[in-house]
Amino acid sequence: MTDPVSSKGPGLLARLARARPTKPGEIYGVPGQGSTFWLSIGSVLVLLFIWWLVTALGLVKPLFVPSPQAVVKKFIQIWNEGFTNTPFLEHVLISTFRVFGAFLLACAIGLPLGLAMGMSPLMRGIFDPPIEFYRPIPPLAYLPLMIIWFGIGETSKVLLIFLSVFAPIVLGARSGVKSAAIEQIHAAYSFGATRWQVMRHVILPSAMPEILTAMRVGIGFGWTTLVAAEMVAATKGLGYMVLSASQFLQTPVVIMGIFVIAIIAFGFDLLMRFLERRLVPWKGRM
Amino acid sequence: MSLKIDNVSVIYPAADGRPPVAALSEINLQILEGEFVVALGASGCGKSTLLNLIAGFLSPTSGSLVLDGRTVSGPGADRAVVFQKHALLPWLNVIDNVAFGLEIQGIAKQARRKTANEFIQLLGLDGFQNSPIYKLSGGMQQRVGIARALTCDPKVLLMDEPLGALDALTREKAQELILKIWGETRKSVFFITHSVEEALFMGTKLIVMSPRPGRITHVFDLPFSRQFQSGAPARQVKASPEFIALREKVLNIIFADEEAVE
Repeated sequence: MTDPVSSKGPGLLARLARARPTKPGEIYGVPGQGSTFWLSIGSVLVLLFIWWLVTALGLVKPLFVPSPQAVVKKFIQIWNEGFTNTPFLEHVLISTFRVFGAFLLACAIGLPLGLAMGMSPLMRGIFDPPIEFYRPIPPLAYLPLMIIWFGIGETSKVLLIFLSVFAPIVLGARSGVKSAAIEQIHAAYSFGATRWQVMRHVILPSAMPEILTAMRVGIGFGWTTLVAAEMVAATKGLGYMVLSASQFLQTPVVIMGIFVIAIIAFGFDLLMRFLERRLVPWKGRM
Repeated sequence: MSLKIDNVSVIYPAADGRPPVAALSEINLQILEGEFVVALGASGCGKSTLLNLIAGFLSPTSGSLVLDGRTVSGPGADRAVVFQKHALLPWLNVIDNVAFGLEIQGIAKQARRKTANEFIQLLGLDGFQNSPIYKLSGGMQQRVGIARALTCDPKVLLMDEPLGALDALTREKAQELILKIWGETRKSVFFITHSVEEALFMGTKLIVMSPRPGRITHVFDLPFSRQFQSGAPARQVKASPEFIALREKVLNIIFADEEAVE
């Protein structure tokens, strides 16, 4: 499009707001098109630099924001000496065990239940009210009940995380049931398929993309709930480490713990994305 | 093989304060061995409802459908359906999609792949056995759909606008391919289309349907697909004076129906 009246080009704002023609191999007008890898690297480096700069210039007290060097130093120290008489890796392992244990349990119960709720009005009628009732409640609100009912041992911790993972997984599996096109289902029935065969050969595979997404969302909720789960009567774990460090104003440990949780969670998310590419390469392409 | 549709009506119950809708009213139709019946009509005339009845997805409000002496009471492998689109399974490659019906019937992997391969050859898909179907063109995907329908050796092939999503050139080639396969397998076919030319070229019998209530208003016996099968080129058949005359006649009927609806 050119402007026939004015010989000047359009203003800066107009140029920014208008889409340019694409390069060959791209599609014109796709929202958010383009690679972000190097931008993301840059963004991380800039944030780290600002963090370093703020602390190096002494703009903020180390109590509030310790320098990156202090955090790394603390990490090395805890790696070597442990935290509260427990080796660092044990903290990591026990938290990972709690989150993944709850996650696997939520998958084992939540996926079949969600699929059943998608397939059967009976199951949906029975289980929809309790799940929708507890789903929006913050885990901290029912943490006291978990402790009163199940004690201060491992059960109440894993159960709390389990509940926060469970709801998104059930809902994902349930809505995944709707992913199959009615023609695919009809095709299977027209070959004489039973309801079970339709479930196994059509509905379950086509629900896979949504199920994998639900698992990614679910494990995220799990890590979010970890600190709450380790608030009471825990003596080990990353959440416990962050909480007790905060009570003693050991900010470097708090920040270090946050990084460790973030890195484990992000690593698992990368694994899930890899699985997604391997298991459902057809996602969004039919 | 014979399919007898006897005095069938389908009435959708009243909803949202609107009166009941007669989707189909007193349909009588017989499909014989080796016949290629094409249904044509303005939108809302009940062609798809009729196909769903034969497939067994829908039961008639009154009347009966009898296939080889047995009343149709649900979907079954003796009637295979080819859909317009979205009916293939993207997590399976070409050969497993074609073999899908056999898998449902519990045929062992070796045996079903062997049968699937025969139909892959027949539809000119050789070499694509292991391709993911989302990488195929629309025309090839539709050929996979047809091959899949044929593997279970159905008595009737039900085709619901199978070529509607294809571009004009691919569509004409696919028409010829379907006629060739129909000639080789001698299946009975019930074929829905929106294209008058396609209907005239492919069918041995044309039923023209009208909406409100959905009913068969005209039946024509067609000679053109046999002319093509005995060697006349497709373009020549479609350009013959008889073809053009009948095309205009049918178009007039359908346009009159469309205007009546508006």
